[in-house]
Amino acid sequence: MKKVEAIIQPHKLEEVKDALKQIGIDGMTIIDVRGHGRQKGHKEVYRGQEYQVDLLPKVKIEMVVPSERAEEVVKTLLQTARSGKIGDGKIFVSEVAEAIRIRNEDRGEAAL
Amino acid sequence: MQKKLMQIGLILGSLIVPALADTPAPTPAALEAGIKSAQTSGDNAWMLASCALVLMMTGPGLALFYAGLVRKKNVLGTMMQSFSLMIIATVLWAIVGYSLAFGEGTSFIGGLQYTFLNGVGGDPQPDYAPTIPHQSFMMFQLMFAIITPALIAGAFAERMKFGAMVLFMTLWSLIVYYPMAHMVWGKGGMLNAFLGGKIPCFDFAGGTVVHVTSGVSALVCALYLGKRSGYPGEPMKPHSMVLSFIGACLLWVGWFGFNAGSALSSGALASSAFVATHFGAAAAALGWLLMEWMQHGKPSVLGGISGAVAGLVVITPASGFVKPMPALIMGFLGGVVCYLMVVKVKGKFGYDDSLDAFGVHGAGGSLGAILTGVFATNLVNNGLKDAAGNAQKLGLVDGNAGQVVNQLIGTAIAWALAIVGTLIILKICDMTVGLRVSTDHETEGLDLSQHGEEGYILEG
Repeated sequence: MKKVEAIIQPHKLEEVKDALKQIGIDGMTIIDVRGHGRQKGHKEVYRGQEYQVDLLPKVKIEMVVPSERAEEVVKTLLQTARSGKIGDGKIFVSEVAEAIRIRNEDRGEAAL
Repeated sequence: MQKKLMQIGLILGSLIVPALADTPAPTPAALEAGIKSAQTSGDNAWMLASCALVLMMTGPGLALFYAGLVRKKNVLGTMMQSFSLMIIATVLWAIVGYSLAFGEGTSFIGGLQYTFLNGVGGDPQPDYAPTIPHQSFMMFQLMFAIITPALIAGAFAERMKFGAMVLFMTLWSLIVYYPMAHMVWGKGGMLNAFLGGKIPCFDFAGGTVVHVTSGVSALVCALYLGKRSGYPGEPMKPHSMVLSFIGACLLWVGWFGFNAGSALSSGALASSAFVATHFGAAAAALGWLLMEWMQHGKPSVLGGISGAVAGLVVITPASGFVKPMPALIMGFLGGVVCYLMVVKVKGKFGYDDSLDAFGVHGAGGSLGAILTGVFATNLVNNGLKDAAGNAQKLGLVDGNAGQVVNQLIGTAIAWALAIVGTLIILKICDMTVGLRVSTDHETEGLDLSQHGEEGYILEG
């Protein structure tokens, strides 16, 4: 099993989610996060007081999928989450040791 | 059914009988009484509406305007500061405040004849407002006594103990507000242009009484209390421009009651003040936005609403004395000057007037008070007559240059009273209950540390 974590632009979430559903990925966790990579923040001014805002709102999607499907998920993410500009985000893939369904104690891929 | 028929019969009868009877024409006295009562009804309707409008300026107007500008951990504490004035100032007013402001006393402060609202009833007080019940006048003035101290809270936002604020506001009402209101508006007050003041000052709706006193006191508070911990390094962005926007627009609407209501009647003078108020606000918003657009590249919502409030402040003393074009000029100047005070001067001196109570109310109020001496004209307000019964010249535009000097003296007196009074009060509060919350409480926020609650509980 592999965990795919994708940090994307918030406005891309719907498109990404729909595309993942299309390829049969139903389970995912969405987290509102803030962060920055190479993308610079922006400036806000309140009554002349300037604030540099570096941390920008992003959305993080987490999914655990069977290992052989990971590449397909990554491809879908790349197709849908990309706008081509700085700030599109990143994808991380890692090994998962175990998965357990709390309701009936299914283990492994059966629990996904 | 029978009852209904009888009623119809009675009505018809009452219509026919007077026509048949040889009724005598009403006496002049009866006619006069009828006219007077009609005028009272008309004036009083507007005055009661104005009372409600001015209360709305404090809650929720000012409460929202200020609360949006603080960090979200202080949203309730800031609202509570405005709201608590609706309580404290009201109770004080009933017991002694109205009398100290409007009772007949010395040229500095009123007497005690209206304590516990003794003798304040349905009959008009002919010196102040001859066509409305004395109670309406008393209520209208109360709303001013509520919002004025509430304005000061903008300077010490996010760091003052609630108990200290309650004590401060009580003493400030007694030591600064009542004397100033009496000097300018009370019978025999030294600055009262209409009721025997030695230095006649024009202050239609509270440029000196409301805005200079509160704004200057705000500066004294900001200097005495010191900066918020972390200021100016840590980010202290307004947490909700939406709340501030709603609050500012409520202030604008409420200000029609504040200024046009200060005509204490519902005739042409009220309309004129209404017009000047609106034009002043719009022109000032324009002035502030243009400055911001040129200097920072973007016109902001906060700039627009701050400018509007600044214009309302500037036009307040002049609203019942100036024509619409001078109102536009005054407003525009107010927008530009207050912008410079808030954005340039504050940064230069480094004081933490957190929500710019001084930059807007102190500076705008002083500017408005002085410009009133320039633009006041008897074409708008002919309430002052000379011995021959002709309307007196009012401001510089009428040819009375000396009025500008009077306005400067009145403004200086308001500054002096505010500085001295506020320093004494702060010292008293500091020595008894202590002014500032502890650093821990400041970090935690006023909502939790002072009131034990949170403004936004989103996981509910």
